[in-house]
Amino acid sequence: MAIPAHATTGERIWYYVFRFLVALVFIYLVFPILTIIPLSFNAGEFLHYPLQGFSLRWYEDVFASGQWAVAVKNSLIVGVSSMILATVLGTTAAVGLNRTNFPGKGLLVALLISPMMIPLVISALALYLFFAKIGLNDTYLGIILAHTILGLPFVLITVSATLQGFDYSLVNAGVSLGAAPLPVFFKIVMPLIMPGIVSGAMFAFATSLDEVVVVLFIAGPAHRTLPLQMFSGIREHLSPTILAVATMLIFFAGLLMLTLEFLRKRNERLNAAAR
Amino acid sequence: MAQHTTADTSLREKLRRAERRRKIQAGTLIGPLLLLMLIFYFIPIGMMLYRSIDNSRMREILPNTARALAHWSGESIPGEEAFAAIVRDMKKAYPARTLATAGRRLNFDQVGFYSLLLKSGRKIKKIDGPPYRDKLIKIDKKWGDPAYWTVLKRGLRNITWMYLLRALDLRYDTQNRVVGVPEEEAIYVSIILRTIYISLSVTILCLVIGYPLAYFMATSSASVRNLLMIGLLLVFWTSLLVRTLSWILVLQDKGVVNSFLLWTGLISHPLPLVFNRFGVYVAMTHVLLPFMVLPLYSVMAGIPSYYVRAARSLGATPIAAFFKVYTPMTLPGIGAGCLMVFIQALGYYITPALVGGPKDQMVSYFVAFFVNERVNWSMASALGVVLLVMTGSFYLIFGKRVNITNMKLG
Repeated sequence: MAIPAHATTGERIWYYVFRFLVALVFIYLVFPILTIIPLSFNAGEFLHYPLQGFSLRWYEDVFASGQWAVAVKNSLIVGVSSMILATVLGTTAAVGLNRTNFPGKGLLVALLISPMMIPLVISALALYLFFAKIGLNDTYLGIILAHTILGLPFVLITVSATLQGFDYSLVNAGVSLGAAPLPVFFKIVMPLIMPGIVSGAMFAFATSLDEVVVVLFIAGPAHRTLPLQMFSGIREHLSPTILAVATMLIFFAGLLMLTLEFLRKRNERLNAAAR
Repeated sequence: MAQHTTADTSLREKLRRAERRRKIQAGTLIGPLLLLMLIFYFIPIGMMLYRSIDNSRMREILPNTARALAHWSGESIPGEEAFAAIVRDMKKAYPARTLATAGRRLNFDQVGFYSLLLKSGRKIKKIDGPPYRDKLIKIDKKWGDPAYWTVLKRGLRNITWMYLLRALDLRYDTQNRVVGVPEEEAIYVSIILRTIYISLSVTILCLVIGYPLAYFMATSSASVRNLLMIGLLLVFWTSLLVRTLSWILVLQDKGVVNSFLLWTGLISHPLPLVFNRFGVYVAMTHVLLPFMVLPLYSVMAGIPSYYVRAARSLGATPIAAFFKVYTPMTLPGIGAGCLMVFIQALGYYITPALVGGPKDQMVSYFVAFFVNERVNWSMASALGVVLLVMTGSFYLIFGKRVNITNMKLG
C-alpha cells in the first residue's frame, strides 16, 4: 500500500492518518499485555511503574507457595487428560463424519460443536446440577469430563478441516494391498491429518488452561486450577505473583501460536503440493 | 438373461452390504463421542432447563397438604382437613429442617411466607388435636388469609412458572393472574436489556476498530501483514484472565494511562477508568477483537484490488469507491465477525466481573450469583434459560445468513 505518485494532497494526508489510526489500534491490542511482563520482574510489591529494580522473587513465589504449585499441578492433570480424551474422541468422530452422509448430518455437527457457542455459564450450571446428582462435583473426573466436552468442538473443526483435502484413494490403495482397517488408519490416515490433530489438541489444552467459569462452579478447594487461582487472586488480593504467572502464560501463548502457525503453513504447503 | 439378473442382484447386494458396513463403521467412530456428549452435556442441559420449572421438591416436603388442597376452590380459606394436613406435614418437616426449604421457595412468591412457616413450625408441637384451623390461626392469623393459601396451592404444583416469570420481572397475583412485579423489585428486564446493550456496543466498537486493521492487513506487504498477524494471534492465544488483568493494571489510578495523562497535564486527578462501564467496554472489545478481525481479514484477503481501481478509473471518488464497491464485498466478513462477537459477548461473565462495577454485570453474573451466593438453583436455571433463549434466537435469526462454522481457527 505505497502512495502512488499521482496522489493528491488529500490522499497523502489520509494515507498517513490511516496508518496512524491502525498503529493506534495495534498498540491498543498488544500494549496492555506487554506492560505485564516488566512488572512481573519488579523488585518492589507495587503493581505499577516505575519499577523498583529487577528481581525474580515473584517467580520463586509461584513455585515455592503451596497454593500456586497445587494449582499448576491440577491444571496440568486436567489439561492433559481432557486434551487426550477430546483429541481421541474428536478425531475418530471427525473421521466417521467425513466418511458418511446421512440426513440430519448438519444438525448433528451443529449439536456436537454447540458447547463452543453456548454461554459458558450455562454449561457450568448444567454440569454443576448434573454432577451434584451423581457425585462428580469436586472431583478430577468431573472437571476432566467438562473440559473434554468444551475442547471437543475445536478438535472436530480442525480435524474436519484437514480431512477435507484428504484423498480417500490412498485408503483404498492400502486396503487393496491387504492392510487391515486399523493399520490403514494409523499408517496412512493419521500421519496425513496430523497437523489437524495437533492443532485440535492444542486448542483443547489451551481451552482447559484458560477456563474459569465451569471450574468455578464444579471444582472444590482441592481441585483449584491455575485460572481459578488467578481469578480469585485478582478478585481478592492482587499480588505480583499473579503477574509472574500471567507472564508465563503469555510466553506459553507465544509458543502455542508459533507452533500452530508452523503447522498451518506446513498444511498449506502440503495441500498446494497435492494439487 | 437370467444369469445377468442374478449377477446384477448380487452386485447390488454387495454394494448395499458395503454401504451398510461403511455406515456401521462411521457409527462406531462417532458413537463414543455422541454418547459422552449425550450423558455429560445434553442431558445436563435438559435437566437444567427442567430445573427452572421443576417443583416436585415441594410435594415431597408437604405431601398431605398438596393432596388436601388439590380440590380446594380457592374462594375462601380451605376446610379443616387442609389445616389438619399441613399440621401433620409441618410436624414432620420442621424437625427434618425441610420446612425452611419450603419456606424459602414460598417466600420467593410471597414475602413473609418463610417467617410464617418457621414460626408455625416452632410452635407446631403444641397442636395435639383438632380443631386445627382455629389453633393454627391462633399461632398466626395469616393462616386465615385466603391469599396465603392461594400461594401455597400454587407452590405445591409439580411444575411452576414462578422462576421463569420472575426472570422477566413478572409474577402471579393473589388471583393467579400474571402481573408485573412492583417497580422496586423489577431488576431482571433491565439486566437483560443491559446485557444486549453492552454486547451490541462491544460489537460496534469491534467493527469500528477491527475493520481498518483488517483492511490494512489485507492490503499491506507480506512482512507488515505477518507482523500484524503475529500480534493479533498472540493476543488471541493469550489467556482471557491475563488480558483482563492487563487492563486492570493499565487503567488503574496509578496505571500507565493515568500516569501519562497526569504527566501531560491534561488532568490533575486520575480518571476513574476501571471498575466501571468504560473499563468493561475497553476490556471486552480488546478480548473479542480477534473474533472480528480474523473473519474480516479472511474475506478481505480474497478481494482483488482491481474492483476499486476500476471504480476509481470510472470516476468514483475514493470514498464512493470504498463504500459502494469495497464495503459491500466484505459483508460476509462483517456478518460473521459481528455474530461471533455479539453471541460471545452475551454470555460474558469473567471480564465484566473483574473490570466492571455492580451496575455493569450481565445475565451470566446473576446465574453465578444465584448458584454461589443464594443457593437458589431454580432461579439460576430460569436465568440460564433466558440467556440460552437469547443466544439461541439471535443465532437462529442471523446464523442462517452467516456461516459461522466456516470460521477459520487460528
